[in-house]
This record gives sequence, structure tokens and C-alpha cells, in this order.
Amino acid sequence: MIRVVRWALLLAFAVYFFIPLLAMLDFSTRKIGGAGRTLDAWKALGQDSQLTHAIGASLALAVCTVVLMLVLLLPTMIWVRIRLPKMTRVIEFLCLLPLTIPALVIVVGISGVYAWVNYFFGYSPIVLTFAYVVLVLPYSYRALDASLSSIDVITLAEAARSLGAGWYSVIVRVIVPNVWPGVLSAAFISVALVLGEYTFASLLGNYNTLPVAIALFGKSSGTISVAASLASMLFAAVLLLGLSFFGGRRRMSKGTSS
Amino acid sequence: MATARGGGVLLRRRLAPALGLVPFLAYLLIFLVIPTVVVLAGAFQEKGSFSLTNIDALKEAASRTALGKSVLLSGSTAVIGAVLGAVLAWLVIGARPTSLLRRAVVSLSGVFAQMGGVSLAFAWIATIGYSGAVTNFFRSHLGIDLWGNGWLYALPGLILVYCYFQIPLMVIVFLPALEGIRPQWQEAAVTLGASKWQYFSQVLVPLLRPAFLGCTLLLFANAFAAYATAAALVSQGSPIVPLMIRQALTSEVVLGRQHLAYALALEMVVVVVVVMVLYGLLIRRSAKWLR
Repeated sequence: MIRVVRWALLLAFAVYFFIPLLAMLDFSTRKIGGAGRTLDAWKALGQDSQLTHAIGASLALAVCTVVLMLVLLLPTMIWVRIRLPKMTRVIEFLCLLPLTIPALVIVVGISGVYAWVNYFFGYSPIVLTFAYVVLVLPYSYRALDASLSSIDVITLAEAARSLGAGWYSVIVRVIVPNVWPGVLSAAFISVALVLGEYTFASLLGNYNTLPVAIALFGKSSGTISVAASLASMLFAAVLLLGLSFFGGRRRMSKGTSS
Repeated sequence: MATARGGGVLLRRRLAPALGLVPFLAYLLIFLVIPTVVVLAGAFQEKGSFSLTNIDALKEAASRTALGKSVLLSGSTAVIGAVLGAVLAWLVIGARPTSLLRRAVVSLSGVFAQMGGVSLAFAWIATIGYSGAVTNFFRSHLGIDLWGNGWLYALPGLILVYCYFQIPLMVIVFLPALEGIRPQWQEAAVTLGASKWQYFSQVLVPLLRPAFLGCTLLLFANAFAAYATAAALVSQGSPIVPLMIRQALTSEVVLGRQHLAYALALEMVVVVVVVMVLYGLLIRRSAKWLR
């Protein structure tokens, strides 16, 4: 009896979560005003110039955000561990702060800062990188922190320093190779977040990124919007599932070593 | 002279490590701290001088309705999400950690919890929108009109759609609390003569209550701060606070109310910070017990 209830409940959850995905597949392959199936909406993803530009901009943003986030965050976190352990709580607090301050609030207050950003860097969507680094900070921090905690940073750094390595070598050639799982996790979750980000892109000046284009197409062609939405959801799902794969492998290797 | 040089070395020893933090701190100052301070200060300004006009605007009917609906939306999806998410977590906790079911639910919850945004709005439009797949099925096969008067694009629709990321988020944040329960506690209770129901109501419920309430608050804050899904779903009007901020930012500015968006943003920060602080306190309390 309990088994039946259990599986019935699990089935109900599965229906709620997977019906919308199947519905998107159905919706995006419909022929307008007729029966049968067509892949026109999916083909438009690679052909419509506004969409391809938006996809390109979102992918470029994802890469830039990951690079800037790593350049900014990873050396700081390593430095804090080696030289300034007293600052750990402060850095953690600052990194997790964006979880408490909604993105929408930052958008309202950041227009003055972005007037300068646009003055120096122009109006291409890539300038969103600066805001997105703040947005992905809490998630990246957690991923990197978990990885850094699993190795002995201080001993590694001292060993490298005593053999004559400079700080650059310590960070790039000694510590980073040891925290690859964390770096990959941080990169994956950042990419997934950036590809779906709409608040900044739409309110800061209607930059043509993928979510903005999807919302725009929703007003004219629903099928293209739905196809693009499903594509971006599946892409994010692959990234996030990959993330849990890395996380799982790390936990497993930790379990065997202890 | 010697002391001066010694002082210089000491100063350099003290300051040099701190210099390593300068790029990071400067970045956060520009892109996180300044925007937040601008909002906090801007809410109390109008035309460059101190003013309470915009704060007063929060007391008006339109703002109060928006806040009420935002609280209703966040509160109902937090409660529904917390209850259903806890049920789902309970369903998989029985399975072994290595079982396929548990792994699949945990991984997929991680995926769906991040699935807010514009795509999610279109997922539901394709499902129960006017010509959505499920709407069509009900219309042609069962003769039921799911569309109604477009409830998907109003508060009830937002509740249904928000649960899509609230339930998985609950699974992720509540599962560690469930994992912290040790079988020894049940054995101890049973040895002392407790029935199954007594173990549940007098041991499990009090133990899990702080974690459950804390997670519910986290869900509340998550829904309260969400913007993209609602913005893509509701294109006209401003039933909730985030959409009212959109309207204040993008539409023609009401004369003498140029900082209305700042006041609304301040309201949002206050609600979210209060909720998150309570969350932190509750989680600290449950951490004492669970591991």
C-alpha cells in the first residue's frame, strides 16, 4: 500500500515537471494553421539574424563572465587562505551578499555606474559582464571554496615558494591544477546563470541577449520563442547535470581516500 | 632612523598582504556596494534634496496592493513549495544514497531550481496558454476549457509557475536536514516505548521544525526577489512589486516621483533582508541538532 502511494506521488511530481517540457516540444514543432509537424521554428534559431546575434552575445557574455570571475575571485580566495586567514569571514560575507540583495535592486542603483561603463566600453552587450560577475559570485564562491577546502593550500604554497616559485606560479601552476573540479563547477553554474539572465539585460538598456530576444519574439512568433526556450533549458540542464557529476565524483574520491 | 626604518618594514609587512585584496574589494565597491547605497540613499531623495515623497508613495493604494500581492505570491509558493518539496525529499530519503531514483531526483532538482527566467514563462505558455498542448488536449478530448480568462497571466498562473522552481529548491535545501536524522534516534524512541506516530510527532517534527521553517523563509525570499519569469509572463500592468519597479523604471516618469523605483527597491531589500536574517537564525538553531 505504502509502496503504491509512494510511486503514485513520484509519478505526480514527474508529470508536473516533465509535461511542460513535452508541451514545448509539441508547441515548437507545430505547423501554423494546419496539421502535421515542421522544424521551421528550430531552423530559425540558426538562421534568423537577430536570434543568432543574441545567441552569440549570450555565449560571449558567458565566456567573459567566467574568465573575469576566475581572475578576480580565485587569486583573492587563495591569497586570503595563505596570507590573510582573518579576512575569510569578511570575504565570504561579501561573496554571499548578492543572494540577499535582489538583482532587480542592483539594477535600479547601478545606472550611474553603467553610465561610466558605457562611456569607456560602449554599448555592446559584453559590458553586462561586469554586473554578471557580481551575480554569479555566491555560487562560484561556494564551488571554489569547497574545492580549496579539500586541499592543503598553505603547505602546497610553502613547498612551491621554498623551491623558488613566484606568486604567479604558485597560483596558476600549483594550486589551480589541484582545484580543477571547483573551477569547472564554478564555470558551469556561471554559464548556466548568464545564459538565462534577463533582469539586467532587459532593464539596463535592452541589450540583445538570448533571453531578451526570446521575450521579444514571444510577441510575434510564439513557436520560435518556445523552441529557443526549450533549447536554452536543455543546454542549461546539460551544464547543471555535468556540475552534479563533477560534484559527485569529488565527493566519491574524498570518501575513498578517508 | 632605525626605528623609522623598522616601522616602515612593519608597515610593509602588515599592508602588503592586504594590498592583494584591493582589486577584488574595489570591484565589489563599484558594482555591488555603490549601487546598493545609491538605492538606499536615493529612496529618500527627490530632485537632489532630502524628501519623503517617494517613501510616502509606498503607502498609496497601488503600492500597497502590489506589496500585498507580492507577499501573497511569495507566501503561497513558499508554503506549497516547502510542503511538496519536503514530501518529495521524504520520498527519496528512503532510497539508498547511491540508488538511481535518489540520484536522479537530486540532480534534476538542482537543474529545475535554476530554471526560473524567461524560458520558464514560455514553457507554461506552451503548456496551458491559449493554444498550449494541455489546453488543446482538454478542449478537444474532455471538453474542458483550461484557459479560463487567461488566469495563467495573473496571480494564480504565477503561483503555478513559481512552484516549478520552488519545489526543487526545497528538495535541495531540506534534504541535508533529513539526512542528518540518525536511525539511532528512532531506535532510542522505540526502546522507550514510543509508537511510530509518537516518534514522528514528538521527535521528528520538533527536530525538523527550525530547518523546515528556515527553508520556507528562503523560498519566500527567492520568490519575492524573482523578476524574469513574471516579467515575461505578465506584459501589461504591475500586479507585484518587481513589475511595479519595471514600470517605474521604463515608463514615463510621474512628475515629482523620479525616485519611485528607488523607494520600491528599498522596500524589496528590507523585506528580503529581514526574511534572510530570520532564515539564518533558524538554520543556526537546527544546525545544533543535525550534525
